[in-house]
Amino acid sequence: MSPQVGAAFARLPEYLAWHVLLSASALGLGLLISLPLAVAASRNRHIRWPVLAGASLIQTIPSLALLALFFPLLLVISAASEDLIGYGFSALGFLPALLALTLYSMLPIVRNGTTGILSVSPAIIQAAEGVGMTPRQRLFQVELPLAAPVIMAGVRTAAVWTIGAATLSTPVGQTSLGNYIFSGLQTENWVLVLFGCGASALLAMVTDQLLGLIEAGAAKRDVKRAAIGAAGILIGIVVALTPLISFGKPASYVVGAKNFSEQYILAEMIAERIEDLGGEARSKEDLGSAIAYRALASGEIDVYVDYSGTLWANVLNREDNPGRQAVLEELTKQLAERDGVLVLGSLGFENAYALAMRQDRAAALGITTLDDLARRSASLTMGGDLEFFARPEWQAINEAYGFDFRARRSYQPTFMFRAVTSGDVDVISAFSSDGRIAADDLVTLADPRQALPPYDAVVLIAPDRVNDARLLAALRPLIGAIPVEAMRDANYSVDRDVDKLRPVEAGRALSQRLGLD
Amino acid sequence: MAEPRIALARVTKTYGAHVALSEASLTVQAGEFVALVGASGSGKTTLLKTINGLIAPDAGEVRIEGEVVGALAPHLLRRRIGYVFQEVGLFPHLTVAENISITPKLLGWDKTRRAARAAELLDLVALPQEMASRFPAALSGGQQQRVGVARALAAEPHIVLMDEPFGALDPLTRDALGDDYRALHERLNLATVMVTHDMTEALLLADRIVVVAQGRLIADGAPQALAASHDPDVAALLAAPRRQAERLRARLGDTARLGETV
Repeated sequence: MSPQVGAAFARLPEYLAWHVLLSASALGLGLLISLPLAVAASRNRHIRWPVLAGASLIQTIPSLALLALFFPLLLVISAASEDLIGYGFSALGFLPALLALTLYSMLPIVRNGTTGILSVSPAIIQAAEGVGMTPRQRLFQVELPLAAPVIMAGVRTAAVWTIGAATLSTPVGQTSLGNYIFSGLQTENWVLVLFGCGASALLAMVTDQLLGLIEAGAAKRDVKRAAIGAAGILIGIVVALTPLISFGKPASYVVGAKNFSEQYILAEMIAERIEDLGGEARSKEDLGSAIAYRALASGEIDVYVDYSGTLWANVLNREDNPGRQAVLEELTKQLAERDGVLVLGSLGFENAYALAMRQDRAAALGITTLDDLARRSASLTMGGDLEFFARPEWQAINEAYGFDFRARRSYQPTFMFRAVTSGDVDVISAFSSDGRIAADDLVTLADPRQALPPYDAVVLIAPDRVNDARLLAALRPLIGAIPVEAMRDANYSVDRDVDKLRPVEAGRALSQRLGLD
Repeated sequence: MAEPRIALARVTKTYGAHVALSEASLTVQAGEFVALVGASGSGKTTLLKTINGLIAPDAGEVRIEGEVVGALAPHLLRRRIGYVFQEVGLFPHLTVAENISITPKLLGWDKTRRAARAAELLDLVALPQEMASRFPAALSGGQQQRVGVARALAAEPHIVLMDEPFGALDPLTRDALGDDYRALHERLNLATVMVTHDMTEALLLADRIVVVAQGRLIADGAPQALAASHDPDVAALLAAPRRQAERLRARLGDTARLGETV
């Protein structure tokens, strides 16, 4: 077994346990809501259409978007509940994932339940009334048993959907088998991506087969077969969940990370340093850029690394650029006043947005600055990462230089680099600390008008941890200690195609190189 | 005179502009076997369903053994009345024995009493005991309707309502089941109301024939009395069985037995 696969297997018990807990809870909750809805829809044709249309509508929302939308919604509800009853709850992780997946599981159950109940023959219904059943007895003794095979078929579909969609709960901070897929995608570790897909597909298939036994048992009035299926499901859930007894207890420190290699590496470094000082640490990876800061401010995570320019534009909504030092000072002051967040300091390098081109192409076109680029932009295609064209930085350089690109395309960062090296696009939005810039023979273009704000990597501490001596002691040595070349190399050791390191290994190597271990 | 088992007084039911029943009055005593005869859409099934509350009349009153139907919870009323209909409606997920003892179960009889009753009823409707554990799908149409009759009788009702009960069966089975039911009716001193569009069946089984046309009861009497009626609708209904009987006699001769020719 290769070390990559071995490392993947080592994390399987935890990921699988969370995945099973999440899918089973969502499906159970979905059943609890969907069955009464199906009964109501079958009884009353006035609500049938709205119920079925509503369930279909939910299904048309992309599952990732549905998961993401629950975060702001829960934040609002949590704030309201804190105002009203003095008790808030986590808007990140399990809860949004559970709610979104529950909604997602409903359509097949509601639809099959309604159809199943409505397809009981009128003669049987007449007989049920004729022998003196109450409407409730008719439902439980006749309609539901007869509709059971059809309902179970719906539950099977819902189970397969839910298990598949549960992989998408990783970006909202819920550990799942999706952790393999998302971190594999970021670090171009395709073995990891395949491992995650395979594990989730296998789980879905086994669940489907066991539920199939229950369905066949219901159809053939074979209690034994249904019981075997039900026992299989129960045992499977219990066995899968046992690791949570040790993994599930809340960690004393939660280290957040956004969804790219540098963030994984730094999170691993920070976690190891906390553990070296006797603390327990867990990382919450693949947080969306906008979610990470809010998660920190609300105490969902205790520490993470963000970039001054990102905070400047997205959190303080500033569009001006007073210079690197002024931005840092202003941020430190404002975040402390506004949210109680501590900006511990800069790590010593910048990960700034920089437009990058292939060296040969830039030389051929005579482009070295953004001014040069603007002059040639009408004949060029620009590639950005998924959020770039929606960010104020893009607006700022666009206004400063007046770009007029022939076309603009958005990519997942990994594919964006592929696109520029293959010539699909001419220029991309890269990051200055990205190891691939040097490795792919790219050059970054100068920004003579200083339209792009500075992006110092800064360590942020959650409000309730600002006086945590152990945490501060663990993190202080990192301040000003990481030069951009070291970070670039560490990033590349994870991102490159061959001889890849895992983020935790890259973090250790970086600590070693800088004498921080 | 004892309280009638069934008493309908001026019962009316309309569906929009369509009058399904118009001031229908009918009394059935214990031991009486009444056939409701009429064309489809005449209102005979509506009349039957007002008796066990499956249809609520717009006006008029229905009494079961003296009690007003509207004042009773419908499911409690129906547990006291056997109900047999053409589609049989056996519960496919329950065994024959469970189907038969469904009303006793709803009434809270214990398991041993229900099992004994199911066995007794299988005998009564002339089905072998080993059928008790089978599912309805494994039974022939005639056997299914025998189970249907057993289910109707399970909770020892005083009243049995039948809606075209033998309509879907082949002639031999139909004949045999009709005779067997008639014998049960006498033995248990039931009040039976049977809806049929087949005048021959009504003449062969019932003590009293009630003719329904356009929601009205236009004739009510024993078969002989009906034969003497001058009402053109009644005469028309009787014409077909008469013609059939004459043709049969002519074709078969007086000495031939029907059974050998079918």
